This record gives sequence, structure tokens and C-alpha cells, in this order.
Amino acid sequence: MADTPKPAEIAKIDHYPSPFEKGWMNKQVEIKPGVYCYASKPKNLEYVGMPYPREWNPADEDWKLPENWKEIIEEGFKDRLDKYRSFKLFMDICVRCGACADKCHFFIGSGDPKNMPVQRAELLRSVYRKNHTIGGKILGPFAGARELTEDVLKEWWYYLYQCTECRRCSVFCPYGIDTAEITIIGRELTNLLGLNIDWIAAPVANCYRTGNHLGIQPHAYKDMMDFFTDEIEDITGIRMEQDFNRKGAEILFITPSGDVFADPGTFTCMGYMMLFHYLKEQGLDITWSTYASEGGNFGFFTSHEMAKRLNAKMYAEAKRLGVKWILGGECGHMWRVLNQYMDTFNGPPDSLEEPVSPITGTKFENAKTTKMVHLVEFTADLMKHNKLKLDPSRNDHLKVTFHDSCNTARGMGFLEEPRYVIKNVCNNFYEMPPETIRELTFCCGSGSGLNAGENMELRMRGGLPRANAVKHVHEKHGVNMLSCICAIDRAVLTSLMEYWVPEVEVTGVHEMVANALVFDGEKKRTTDLRGEPLPGMEDEEDV
Amino acid sequence: MNFVLSILFSSFAVIVVVLIPWIGVGAFDLRILFGIIIPYAAMLTFFVGIVVRVIDWSRSPVPFRIPTTAGQEWSFPWIKSNPIDNPKGTGGVVIRMIFEVLTFRSLFRNTRLEYRRVDGVPKIDYEWEKWLWVAALVFHYSFLVIFLRHFRFFTEPVPGFVTLLQNLDGFMQMGAAPFNGFGLPGVYLTDMLLMAAVTWLLLRRILYSQIRYVSLPADYFPLLLIIALGFSGMLMRYLFRVDVTAVKELAIGLFKFSPVSPEGIGVIFYIHLFILCVLIAYFPFSKLMHLAGIFLSPTRNLSNNSRFVRHVNPWNYPVQTHTYDEYEDEFRDKMIEAGLPVEKEAESTVETEEKE
Repeated sequence: MADTPKPAEIAKIDHYPSPFEKGWMNKQVEIKPGVYCYASKPKNLEYVGMPYPREWNPADEDWKLPENWKEIIEEGFKDRLDKYRSFKLFMDICVRCGACADKCHFFIGSGDPKNMPVQRAELLRSVYRKNHTIGGKILGPFAGARELTEDVLKEWWYYLYQCTECRRCSVFCPYGIDTAEITIIGRELTNLLGLNIDWIAAPVANCYRTGNHLGIQPHAYKDMMDFFTDEIEDITGIRMEQDFNRKGAEILFITPSGDVFADPGTFTCMGYMMLFHYLKEQGLDITWSTYASEGGNFGFFTSHEMAKRLNAKMYAEAKRLGVKWILGGECGHMWRVLNQYMDTFNGPPDSLEEPVSPITGTKFENAKTTKMVHLVEFTADLMKHNKLKLDPSRNDHLKVTFHDSCNTARGMGFLEEPRYVIKNVCNNFYEMPPETIRELTFCCGSGSGLNAGENMELRMRGGLPRANAVKHVHEKHGVNMLSCICAIDRAVLTSLMEYWVPEVEVTGVHEMVANALVFDGEKKRTTDLRGEPLPGMEDEEDV
Repeated sequence: MNFVLSILFSSFAVIVVVLIPWIGVGAFDLRILFGIIIPYAAMLTFFVGIVVRVIDWSRSPVPFRIPTTAGQEWSFPWIKSNPIDNPKGTGGVVIRMIFEVLTFRSLFRNTRLEYRRVDGVPKIDYEWEKWLWVAALVFHYSFLVIFLRHFRFFTEPVPGFVTLLQNLDGFMQMGAAPFNGFGLPGVYLTDMLLMAAVTWLLLRRILYSQIRYVSLPADYFPLLLIIALGFSGMLMRYLFRVDVTAVKELAIGLFKFSPVSPEGIGVIFYIHLFILCVLIAYFPFSKLMHLAGIFLSPTRNLSNNSRFVRHVNPWNYPVQTHTYDEYEDEFRDKMIEAGLPVEKEAESTVETEEKE
């Protein structure tokens, strides 16, 4: 792994390609350490039956491609042009107006012109023109067309795994061209040749086998939850046991496994547990599952098919347990898949019913066919109906801002609900500048499976626009807590903040909810879920 | 290919486009070819080409509902949703599309990155930048007005709206300097606006390094062609007058499918006409198809309703999954030990026996 350069080093970014350099087609790709992720290991591809598993190294000259690799790609390309109108259209209608160019966090953070969304797409379009347009066939480079070669393939791979499918460019595109769509399909093509990254391939294989990305086996999952139960008891004096794989429950709860295993997501997980326990008396009948123990879907970063294969568990488990509907935790791309793909992929079993909150009686009309409700909307509804006794002053030591996850923002439009919840549990909330939030939100820089360790430089570069906006509110309002509703965010923003704005920590929304939640018969709370003293309790002796 | 070569290549192509009718009509008097045959061929290519392209696009299905949601979704009655940028149903989509097509709403969001370093610390701002939007809007609308104004050449009697448009467009009553008051026709505002906008659109490709980097000959060529089209049209109107009656005779003949080839129209007219023919014949094969493409764009023309209305993928196929039974078979013992409920209690003993 390359040493990550210091912030001052990385900050030297030139966004202006020099005028007289030779055209981009003539420049061979340079695969840089710190930017690329390690290759997929053969065992992970084998486990899920992906083609051409082998040991290979992106830094090597020889990628050990199958002999007919070009044929495979060209056939795969054609097949996808016939299957996806988006892909076909986006290959044809770009006018290269450049509106997207400086909207990409990776371009802003790296200055690499091939990270401009338009250029990333041109890498594929150039080959498309060569094979599928008359002009490209006749005029070649004069029509912006080029032959598919091994170097071109390597360039594709390098830049397709430098896009987090965040869709920010698509907001600005006058034709709605969505680079995420091009990246998703481009990655499908690389996967036809076994060219995945291991940070995606391993979670996929794990998820397939154990039900979650981290490969947590059922007993270990239970252990971890027991540990949280103990922690919660220490803080509140109440034992908040959860149910697992329980048949006949009304609701199945599914959240990203990151919440169960990685700080600070674990505190968010404790937040879920506390909320569920709180609502038990009011009639909440909910179970967790160790089989469907992953909300996220790294299959989505591999191919549509793999996304569908992993997603299938949710409905299958809901059917097996006989629940009425599914509640989903705080996660970004999980919700893009749930909102825009799940019903189409796998369709819910007939046994499910239209979701109704057992506490407030609210019908979730917007989840009528998927039968899956976002926990934050569930909680917002509880708050609206005054079903939670809250003491927001317990979060007074926090000055909070909110990072909209790309997927919930631009693949769902889930903007107000989290803000409503946060404002109910926090007295100090400050928004980042308007061009960096809501539908214009900046990616964490590590989404879509790029949250590995070896590409830390890329991640710190990609996260720079987000970090810069956090720094702004940190300096202006003293913000010290960055909240989010995404498990990848919780994990990666922590590293990002350490790197660019070390004074700011990261939290999930339900961690703050649980801090503020007042339980009957709880002991006097002196610390928050992290064991930090609550405001005014700094001198109290923690038991 | 670097940008100099791209521009040279495109310019050369446009020069050839100008020279062909110049020589063809000027030297060889091929009026029927340039006045009748080529215009018909170009129109045919244009219409058939666009239809074929659109049909080709629509043959590929839209397997997933992937609108780019640029506002609050529809959820609780007490949360204000954004029905245009995040439409719930067809009504919202229609409004979104109207805004997109008529006002270039997405382009209006454009900003410019301002990257600085203060004591080595990056400072990023997003500055006002509406010039691209302004230029695009001015360019497209001027083009539309000019196109509609040209109806006075194809129609007899001239429809009222064309005369009205013409009067509005020429309201400034400017003469073309330096011939003010010398019997020259008034200058049309849209002529000036079109040329200014298209020049800016070309200049920004050359001056802005990011745009220069991505620009292809296919970007310079249509711009240069449109500049040549506008320039030849203006030359014809303001300097080398042509016989308008003869032009009208030719144009009406073309549209009534009884083409005639009147004499005495200046070569400049044939140059103007040929450039137009090249432009419309090139249209279906080029990025200019964005005109039709925008209507089919799945990130804009779909509502965000996939959680409450099923979207069907026509090629959805069954996939292999890892079932719960397979999962339990692998982990049953551990599950039982951890106190997790299982489907088949007995299996574990069977397995243990087998191992023995």
C-alpha cells in the first residue's frame, strides 16, 4: 500500500489541462498506487460463479485476460445496448457541453481530466463509436472513435473504479445523462472478464454465504448484539434484548452489517435497539434476521444480476418468517436499490402487507408495493405523533450538521425526514452551504465499493469537497458532529474527517435519537452511547 | 487528437461544404442538383434518420426506474414534496420535461468550481456561472425564431404569426452600418443573438481548458457549420442581395412537391441552402440528436414511484440465490448453540452421527 500523501501535498491540484498536450486518446493510462484497489481474489469470484477467477494484479503488464476477451466485451456491450435504453441513449446524445466537468468530487479532488464525468463516459463512448456508428467506423479518431485495445480496457477499469456512482453530474446534465448508469454497466463489462476489485468481490461472496458483507456468521452476529445489549444496560440500566429470526413477528428489520461491526456505526445500531425496545410496550413486534443481515448490496457495484441475487434474501426471509412488512436501517446505496430496483428485481411475496405503523397507525402509502419502510421515516412519523419522550439537551454537547448520502438524495429524494428527526433530538443544527447538500450533496468519496484501504489517496481526494464544506461549518458555527444516514458514510467519513477536519466526528441519526430518548425507569444517564459525558455530567462518576 | 487538429479538421470540412455549391452552381450551374435534388435528399435523410434513431432507442427497454431525484420525494402529507424535480406521477414528469426542454432547467443549475489554496489549505467555492445556460438558451431560441421567420419564403400568403415575429424581431429598425438609411433592410435581433451565442459556444470550447480537453471535431464541426449558415444568410440579406421572388418560387415549389428551378438567384443562396442541407443531413448521425434524446432520457422522464407502483423489467429473469435452507445447513450447529431458532432441529444430530 502506498503511503497516503499529507493533506498539503494532496491539496496541490491543477484543474486545467494544458492546451497543447496531445489528445487524450494518445495518452496511455498510468495505474497509480493509492488510487486503484486490489484485484478480486479468485475464491471470491468462484464462490458466486463469476467468470474468469484468477490471480492478477492491476500493476502488472499482463492482466491474464482470456484469449477472446475482446469478443466478450464487444458482445457484452452490444447486449447491454439492447437491454438498457439509458446506456444506448447516453452513448449517443452527449454534446460535451462540459456542465458536468467540475461537478465530480473525484475531478475536484484530483484534477485528473479523465475524472470529468463527460470524459469518463467518453472512454466508453469512443469504443462505442468505433463499433456501432457509421461515422466512427469511417472516420476513426476524427469522429472521436477508437479501437478497443488492452490499454483501453485498462483505462476503463482504472476510471470505472474511480467513480462512486453518486449521480451528482446527472443533476447538472441538460439531458440527464447519468454517469452512474455508465459506470454500473461499464463495471458489468469488466466483470465479464473477472476484473473486479476485491473490496467489492469479497463482500459479495460473504454476503452470498453468510447473509452479510462482513462475513459475520450467525452466532457471531448474535454475540455482537449481546455485547451491545450489555453496553446499553451499562448506560441506561435497562436490558434491551432483541429478537432474531423469530417467526410470526410483524416486522422484519434489515440494516447494513457495518452497523453491527464498525464504529461509529455500532452506536447507531445501539440506537436502533434502544428505539425498538422503547416501542415494545406500545406494540412494536419486530425481529432481526441473521440470514438477511445485510441491507447494503455490493452486488449493485458488480452487476445488476448480482444486485438482484443478493437482494433476493430480503423478501425470501420476510416470507419465511411470515412478517407483514420490512423496516430498513440507515444506509445509502441500500436505499437506492430498495427504492429504484428491489420491487422490479424480486417483487414482494404475496404474504406481505402494505406497511402500517403499529404505533401511530400511519399508512406508509409511499411504500405500498415494496412493503419496505425507511427507519428514519418511521421515526419521523413517531415524532410527529409525539410517541417518543425526548430530551434533546442530552445532545447539547454536539453541534451537528447533516451529510445527505448521494443515493438517498439523488436516487430517492429522502431529504426532509432525516432533518426533521435530527431537529427533534438536537438543539444545535447547522446546514452546510446549499450547493453541497440535498440534491447537490457531495459524495463521501468512498462509495460504490471504493472504501478499501489501499486507495486511501483516492478516497481523501474524492472526499475533499465534502470535507471542505464540513470545515466551513466547523469554522463558522463550531460544528463538531457530522451526521449521516449511511453505513459506508459512517465508516469512511470518519477517516475523511481525521484527514481533513480532525475536530469533527461522525454519527448516525439514530445514535442521537437514542441519546435523547427518555426511558421509564432508566438510571440517571451520565454518558452518551459512546461513553462520553453528557452536558453537565462531566464531573459525575461513571458507574 | 489535440484541439488544434480538431479545429483544423472541422474548419476544413466546413470550407469544403462552402466550396461545393460555390463551384457547383457558380461554375457549372448545377441549379437542379443544388436547388432541388440535394434539398430533397437532405430532408429525407433528416426525417427518416430521426425516426429511425428514435425507434432504435425505443427498442431498448427501460428495465429500471431510475429518475434522478433532485428534490424531496412524496412521503407524509406534512412533508412538502417537490413535485417537479422529484415527480410522483405523470403530471409532475410532464412539467419537469417541459421545464427541461423549454428552459434547460438542469443547465441552469450550473456553477463554476473555484479552487484555491490558502496557506496550503484547500478552499473550494462554487461560483455563479450562467453563461453557458444563457448562450444555450439564446442560441436555441434565436435559431427557432429565425427558422419560423423563414416561413415567409415557403408560404403564400405569409401567415400572420410570421409577419408578427418578423416585426418584433426587427423592432429596433436598425440599418446595417455603415449603410444606415441606404435602403438596406432592418437588422434582425435574432441574427445578432444567434451569431453572438454560437461564437461564445465555440470560444468557450477553445478558451476553457476543461472543455477544450473533451471537445472533438464532432463538437467544432456543427458550430462552425452553423456559423457559416448564419454568416451566409446575413451576407445574403445585408450585402449580396438575391432575387427574393425567385427564391420564394423555388422554396414554394419544393414544399408543394412541384419543384422549379428559377434563374437569377445568386450563388450565395445556394451556398446558404447547401450548408443547411448538410446540417440537417448530418443531424441524425450526430450529437445533435440530443433534440430527440432528451425526451427519452430515463433519468428525467420517469416518476419516482417505484416504491408504490411496480415497475416491470421486460427481460427480468430468474437468478441463482443462496437460500435460507442452504444457509441453515451450513450454520445450524452454531445457530443452535447461540440460541437462534432453526427450521430443522434434528439435522445436527444426524450430522454428528455421520461424522462419527
